[in-house]
Amino acid sequence: MPVRAPWRGSAPAGRIAWLAAAVVVLVLACAVSLAVGARGLSLATVWQALTQFDPADGDHAVIHARIPRTVMGLLAGGALGMAGAAMQGVTRNPLADPGIIGVNAGAALAVVTGIYLFGVSSLSGYIWFAFGGAAAAAVVVYLIASMGRDGATPVKLALAGAALSAGLYSLMNVILVSSQDTLDRFRFWQVGGIAGRDWSVILPGLPFLAAGALIVLCTGRILNSLALGDDLARGLGQRVGLSRSVTALGIVLLCGSATALAGPIAFVGLVIPHAVRLLTGPDYRWILPFSLVLAPALLLVSDVIGRVVLLPGEVPAGIMTALVGAPVFVWLVRRGKGAGL
Amino acid sequence: MSTNPAPTGQRERTLEAPHPQRERADNALKTAKTGHYLPARASFLRRTLLNRTAILGAAVVILFAAGILLGSYTVTIPDFFRILTAHFAGGEKIPGASFIVMESKLPRAVIGTMIGLAFGLSGGLFQTMLRNPLASPDVIGISYGASAAAVTAIVVFGASGAAVSGAALGGALGVAAVVYGISRSGTLRAGAGAGTGSAAGNRLILAGVGIASALGALVNFLLTRTDIRTAADALVWLNGSLNAASWDRAGVLAAALLILVPAVAVLAGPLRIIELGDDTAAGLGIRVHRTRLGVVLTAVALAAVATAAAGPVAFVAFLAGPIARRFAGKASLPASALVGALIVLAADYFAANIAPLLLDGTVLPVGVVTGALGAPFLLWLLVTANRKDA
Repeated sequence: MPVRAPWRGSAPAGRIAWLAAAVVVLVLACAVSLAVGARGLSLATVWQALTQFDPADGDHAVIHARIPRTVMGLLAGGALGMAGAAMQGVTRNPLADPGIIGVNAGAALAVVTGIYLFGVSSLSGYIWFAFGGAAAAAVVVYLIASMGRDGATPVKLALAGAALSAGLYSLMNVILVSSQDTLDRFRFWQVGGIAGRDWSVILPGLPFLAAGALIVLCTGRILNSLALGDDLARGLGQRVGLSRSVTALGIVLLCGSATALAGPIAFVGLVIPHAVRLLTGPDYRWILPFSLVLAPALLLVSDVIGRVVLLPGEVPAGIMTALVGAPVFVWLVRRGKGAGL
Repeated sequence: MSTNPAPTGQRERTLEAPHPQRERADNALKTAKTGHYLPARASFLRRTLLNRTAILGAAVVILFAAGILLGSYTVTIPDFFRILTAHFAGGEKIPGASFIVMESKLPRAVIGTMIGLAFGLSGGLFQTMLRNPLASPDVIGISYGASAAAVTAIVVFGASGAAVSGAALGGALGVAAVVYGISRSGTLRAGAGAGTGSAAGNRLILAGVGIASALGALVNFLLTRTDIRTAADALVWLNGSLNAASWDRAGVLAAALLILVPAVAVLAGPLRIIELGDDTAAGLGIRVHRTRLGVVLTAVALAAVATAAAGPVAFVAFLAGPIARRFAGKASLPASALVGALIVLAADYFAANIAPLLLDGTVLPVGVVTGALGAPFLLWLLVTANRKDA
């Protein structure tokens, strides 16, 4: 650990250039997401449909139908990427992602309960259950990990999250094993995807996403000092408990709404921050915006690949992120840089 | 993982001892039976450990007996022995009871005990070697390898019974080989700079987590591509269930354990010394790489055969180590194994006899119960451990 903070010395110009490149990648991913599908269209048509929309043109209608899906990808991807980065920072744990910390499990159990007890069957019905479950699970994990004098240390957070997840999944399976109807509906939510969400699903999630993004984007400095260890952070004048709680609130808002909107999407929150660190180094003030830009790109590209890989069927984005993300992640691990923080 | 917060007790001890590193090494050496540094305390510790392990063993026997004798169909002890002698020595069988005990209750309890031992040992080995409580076969992808292969066999090829077990075994071993290969080649390339030991352990866990996520997604996807009946069958297998217990499976499992358990016994000594750090162990004449490979192979094989026999019973491998450490006062492989067996037997008793009363006759897969009851217990452990240290 260098005595001087590593980000002081290096000029930010290179990073700004990288960030610009990342934005270009994201814009391209959006364009491709609008153009590619069961009915492939040229980028020129996409541009036309966006600038001079002609309701009579069938191609334009197809593209407009793809807009909510692309917006979903942007929102869910950005939220998961930032939440993953912040989570890895707060817990100082390279394994931290919404899956480990119990958020996905909480959302899944809440959705299953909603289907089983209240007969919910629509996406807009699932969203509130998922959000409530995700938030409750995250709060419970954080509270349990905070008990005792040391507060929420990384190991305790990860263990509490893993333990709670396993328990919640088991409760969920109690319902799924005894009710085939519930399993039948739930298995399609469980794979996670950004297709088939219209504005009525997306809009209620926006305020939560915006609030979460705002909070987490402001925590770069906090995460940087937390990365030095609690004692050192305290020595630098950081109020460790308070900082953790604020960041945790942002994380809960982000992954809660992302999971509510898109179902449990694996891997984006885990793999993107690790990839981003290769570009930015350990400075969270840069990791967070990079994750915000690159995570949606990964999600959108995964979704596009899922649309064409099994024609005429589709593979949901949640599956594709895992299949696309896993080799990348393994490559990072092999480079030997993914292991540390 | 970059931090490893020392328990408060250890920190206090550091104040007395001028060389904390040295003192920790001494403690471990003493338990590794290579020297009696503090003879009085060492023998006291060892005696407590033995006593505690014996208590665990007795508890396993009691639960085993309870699983056979009690429950929705009760058998008296004399009847049980009459059934046993009738089965082996020939003689008059008790109609009904003989069949239920010999074909259902006994193989169920026997397989439950064996998979519990296997999962407990496997988890204990991984957690000890990688120095990470998260390192259990569930987390590092081995269970997912078995699940993905088994679900593929069920959904795509319509397999059942032994074919599913075989697929699970193949999947577990295959994923383990891939994960180990990835983490190892990474170590070699990173060279001396990144160091080995716990860095290699972190890489193994990370590679495993990555592959586990991908395989988990694959399983979920396969469940959406099949009809609901097959999906429901696959779900029962995915949760880990003893409902299909039979003597054939018990025999295969027993044969595997007869090879693997002695292997663990041989590896346990060197493993304890490796816990001190790779350099120290190498200095003490341990072949670090070879031992590591042996431990990984054994632990993977244990998890794989248990998963093939009953499906990936959630959480047993993950829980057994921490509970055993809490109960026995220090990490101990025999205690982990016994705790694993205890968890499975208790959970299966609940799943087979108590859950049907609450859920209109649904016999739950045992893995649902290990997860649902095990999680609060681990959380409670976390909370109380913190309080005591604070």
